[in-house]
Order: sequence, then C-alpha cells, then structure tokens
Amino acid sequence: MSAALELRGLAKRYGGFVAVEGADLAVERGSFLTLLGPSGSGKTTILMMIAGFTEPSAGRLLLDGQDITDLPPEKRAFGMVFQGYALFPHMSVAENIAFPLRVRGQGRAERDEKVRAALDLVQLTGFAERLPKQLSGGQQQRVALARALVFDPALLLLDEPLSALDKKLRAELQEELRALHRRVGRTFINVTHDQEEALSLSDEVAILNHGRIIQKGAPAVLYEQPRSRFVADFLGKSNFFHGAVGELGGGWLGVQVAGLRLLQAAEGSRPGLGVAVLLSLRPEKIALLGGEDTADNVVEGVISAWSYLGAGFSLVVQTALGVLRVHLPAWRAPFVPEIGAALRLGWAADAATIVDDDDAA
Amino acid sequence: MMRREAGWYALLLPAFLLLSVFYVTPILQVLAISFLEPVPGFSNYERIGSNLSVQRVIVTTLRICCITTVLALLLGYALSYTITLASERARRWWLLCVLVPLWISVLVRAFAWVTLLRRQGLINQSLQGAGVISEPLELVWNEFGIIVGMVHYMVPYAVLPMLASMREIEPRLLAAARGMGASRGQVFARVFLPLSLPGVVAAGVLVFIFSLGFYITPAILGGGKTLMVAEWISLQILDLIRWGLGTMMATLLVVTILVTLAVFSRVVNMRRLFGGA
Repeated sequence: MSAALELRGLAKRYGGFVAVEGADLAVERGSFLTLLGPSGSGKTTILMMIAGFTEPSAGRLLLDGQDITDLPPEKRAFGMVFQGYALFPHMSVAENIAFPLRVRGQGRAERDEKVRAALDLVQLTGFAERLPKQLSGGQQQRVALARALVFDPALLLLDEPLSALDKKLRAELQEELRALHRRVGRTFINVTHDQEEALSLSDEVAILNHGRIIQKGAPAVLYEQPRSRFVADFLGKSNFFHGAVGELGGGWLGVQVAGLRLLQAAEGSRPGLGVAVLLSLRPEKIALLGGEDTADNVVEGVISAWSYLGAGFSLVVQTALGVLRVHLPAWRAPFVPEIGAALRLGWAADAATIVDDDDAA
Repeated sequence: MMRREAGWYALLLPAFLLLSVFYVTPILQVLAISFLEPVPGFSNYERIGSNLSVQRVIVTTLRICCITTVLALLLGYALSYTITLASERARRWWLLCVLVPLWISVLVRAFAWVTLLRRQGLINQSLQGAGVISEPLELVWNEFGIIVGMVHYMVPYAVLPMLASMREIEPRLLAAARGMGASRGQVFARVFLPLSLPGVVAAGVLVFIFSLGFYITPAILGGGKTLMVAEWISLQILDLIRWGLGTMMATLLVVTILVTLAVFSRVVNMRRLFGGA
C-alpha cells in the first residue's frame, strides 16, 4: 500500500509558541486515521495545515508523492466536515451539496445526478429542499458529509465531526461513519479528543500531546501496548506502578514494587538489573480471586470506594501497592461490593506493560 | 400581579405625556392644517397632480435620495467588508474613523464641502493648476454638491447595519467554501454577499428615510437653487406663509416614510435597523 498523504517534519510556530513540532506521518490510501489528543495538543493545527487553511512554519506535505505544501485550500480541494458543520444557512440541502460542483462549473444535469446519489449515500433522500435549520443535528452532520464527499475528493478531513451531538446519537453516527468509509473507500482523516470515538472508528490512531505525535498505530495496539504513560492514561484508564528490576528470567522480569515482587512478562525490551521501570495495568485485566485461585501476581486489599456502571463494577481498592482501580463484570458477580470488604486480586504476568514515564505533570 | 404591571406602566407615563404633548399633538395639528387651510377640503393635495413646482420638488427629492442611497450603500459596503475582514486592532481604528464624522456638526461638514467644491476651492484650483481643466467645474450649489454632502453624511449610517449583519456571518462558512474549491470571488458572490443582504436592505431603508427629510446639507450645498422637500416646506411656511401647502408636503413626507418602513419591515427585521438585533 502506498501512502496517500505524507507529512514530513511539518511544524507550526506562533511567535515563541510551538503548536506542532516536526510531525512525520504517512497515511495509507483508503485508511481511516484519527488524530487524538487533549485540547491544545496540536491536532486541529495539523488538520488545518493539511486542508491548507494554516501555513506550516516548516516541513512538507505530499499527496501521492506530489508536494502540495504551497497550494491554497481551493486548489487542494479536500472534502472537509467542519466542527459545527458550517452548512450555508441560505441554501437548501441540495444547494449545499451542489456547492462544490457548482464552483467547479459542472452542468445542471450532472450536478443533480450527483446530489441525488450523495443524498442516497447518507440516507437523506427526500430532504433535498429543506433548509439546514429545519434539520436535526444528526441530519445536518450527514448533509455536511454528503457535501464533503460529493466531488470525489482525494481526502476527507473531519474536524471533531461528532462533538456537537449527544451520546446516543454519537454512537449511532460513529457506526454510520465507519460504514460510509467502507462504502466510499476514500482516505479519511479525523480529529477528536474523544478516545472512544478514536478507538471505534479508526484503522490507525496517532496520539498527540504538546504538539508532538507520541505514538501511532492500530487502536488495539495502542490500547494493549501503550509505549508511554501518557498514551496508557489518555486511551482508557490504567494503574501505574513505579518499581525496579530485581530479577531477570527468560522472557520475564521480577519487578520490586513497594516491597512486593511482581512477575512481569518482557518480550521486546529487556531493561537491566536495578533499572527503574513503570508498569501500566488496565483495570479490567485484574481478576477477583477465590480462596483456592492463584495468579502470577496476587495482592490483597480492602475496598475503599465503588460504583456500579451497569456492565460492571468499578472498585477502588487499597493494597500494599497503593490504590488499585479494578473493573469487574457485574453479570453473575460472585460478590456484592461493600466499603471495607477484603478481597484478593490477581493478574497474569503479561497483563501489565512496561511504559516510558513521560508524564511530568 | 396586575398591580405590579400597572406600576411599570406608571413609570412610562411621564415619557408618554411628554411625547403626546410635544410630538404627537403637533403632528396631528400639521395633518389638520393641511386639510383646513386656506379653505377646508383636499385642495392642497390636489396640487400634487396639478402644480409643477410641487411635482418638481418631489421628483428632485426622490432622485437625490435614490442616488445618495445607492452611493452610500456602495461605499458603506466596501468599508464594512474591509472592517469585517480586518484584524481586531485594525477594526477598532476603522470604526473610529467611521464614527468620527457623526460627532462633527452637520453645519461644519456642509461648509467644509463648500470650501472644497466652490469655484475657487481646493479641487477646482488643483485641477486647473494641473492643467486638467481650463474652466472651473460647477461642483456646488447644484444637485452634485448636495449628493456629495449627503453621501458623506450617510456613509456611517450605511456602515453600521451592514457591519452588524456581516459580523454575524460565521468565518467558518467562508473557509468551508474555499475548502470546497471556491475561488475568493466565488466565496464572495455565493456565500458572503447573500448572507450580508439583510444588512444591505436595512441600511438602504435607513439611509433612504433619513435622506428624505434632509434640510441643512441641501440648503447649504444646494445654494437655494436646487430645492429638496424639507427646504421647500420651510420656504412655504416661513417665507410665503402658505401653511396649507407646507403642511401638506410635511404630511406626504411622513406618510412616505411610514409606507417605506411598512413595506420593508416585511422583508427585513427592523429591529436590526434600530439596534435591537
């Protein structure tokens, strides 16, 4: 697969403030990439540089190997769905969708045909004559999508496309967006601060913080093998243990944490004896152990807080390792959580991952 | 509940009385006089159809007002567009420049134009000095002079409603249009202009209505040769003591303004015009 879009050392500075620091990124043709990060991480700046609205301070942008860094936005003509959709309020749905075709001087017959096809694509057949203000948020969102796709752009850019919608509608549209991406087979680049959206929509996610791309990869890889504390913390929740390597085995380490020895699988990197390491452990990978059960790592604790989340219980447990967040399925749970209740918890050696401690804050 | 509302209305009472005594009553009197003098009946109004002087002043006024409105809108639109696209800092300076003329007396401004436009004025002397013309141009004491003065006076009134309406246009819409392949010209013609039209209509109505009753500027820059309605009314009442004819024209002016407002209030939100939007 060739890269449809390539960012080479793309940077943006505003005076002394660095919004984006030398971003290198290759987006494969037909893939769905999400730029994920907290607000102010530079993700929107990168999107605006790709669209051509923001001029990069350094670096190049390549589309199919062609340098497009100096092209104005109307010459790049990527489809774009703006935050808040930016539908033209004085035009009907059909006129909105026809706009990109009209400015290209396409004839009426061809235009009508494409608008009809685009309306069918986003399941808004019959809404052609309505004004944007007569549509619900979800419908407006679909009009924006149809308008962005109607002229067969090389790239579709999405700027927080679902942020204005309520939770249930957002989940629905996530599925639709995913299906739409499969149907049209275009390259989509999405920007969001919502980690669930990033995980469920994307083929690949690039995580940004302070203007830097921290890690890029498939959602499952990022979730299961976060390279750093920031990634583990931003993408879902995690427990972190500071420790030092006490033993080296074949494919495993013994890590000393708060006077306990934790068994930790170590496939790739093998830190030497005595080296300080940070372990990241997802709350749902910790199991409740019965009297006879054992695990690679076992710790005892007392519940200090808990909440019921429908699908599961979220427990806060005081242990010798410190406070542990534990997520247990609620269905047929063998216990009723209670503050002060004692329990035994365990996890496998390969449940936790060794991460870089990049979170200075 | 009722008592409290009555209390609020009581607060309005002084203003209401003041307006009734000093504003509504005189207007009604004007209306009455136009039907009663010199003899009761419609004789004054029949002059609209028969009297050449009456017809001429109406046509002249309408022509000057239309030209003034169009020119003030064109200049005002260009200014508003520039101000809308300017940076925050520059915008403040632009606004100040637009508003300063409003604080200068209309008399001062009219006489300033006279000194600029008269035969020995700055413009004629410069043009003659440069050899562009041999004889001084007739720039003042005619319709041209009146229009120059009125457009100058009206531009701020044209800018304010248009600026309000342009600033409501989301910049994201313009960026979106460019992102979809529209050139700057297309963005303006297909997105910016249509979205700013309500402001243009509002500004047009405001400027036109204001222009209809202009007195000082036409009186000074017209030099008594070109008469507009307001000066003509003053002439009838103060110099010729023809109260019936003067009040008839005054009534006609008020009716024209009310009809214009009524027609356009169906097209645009009038609250925008008077700062309520």
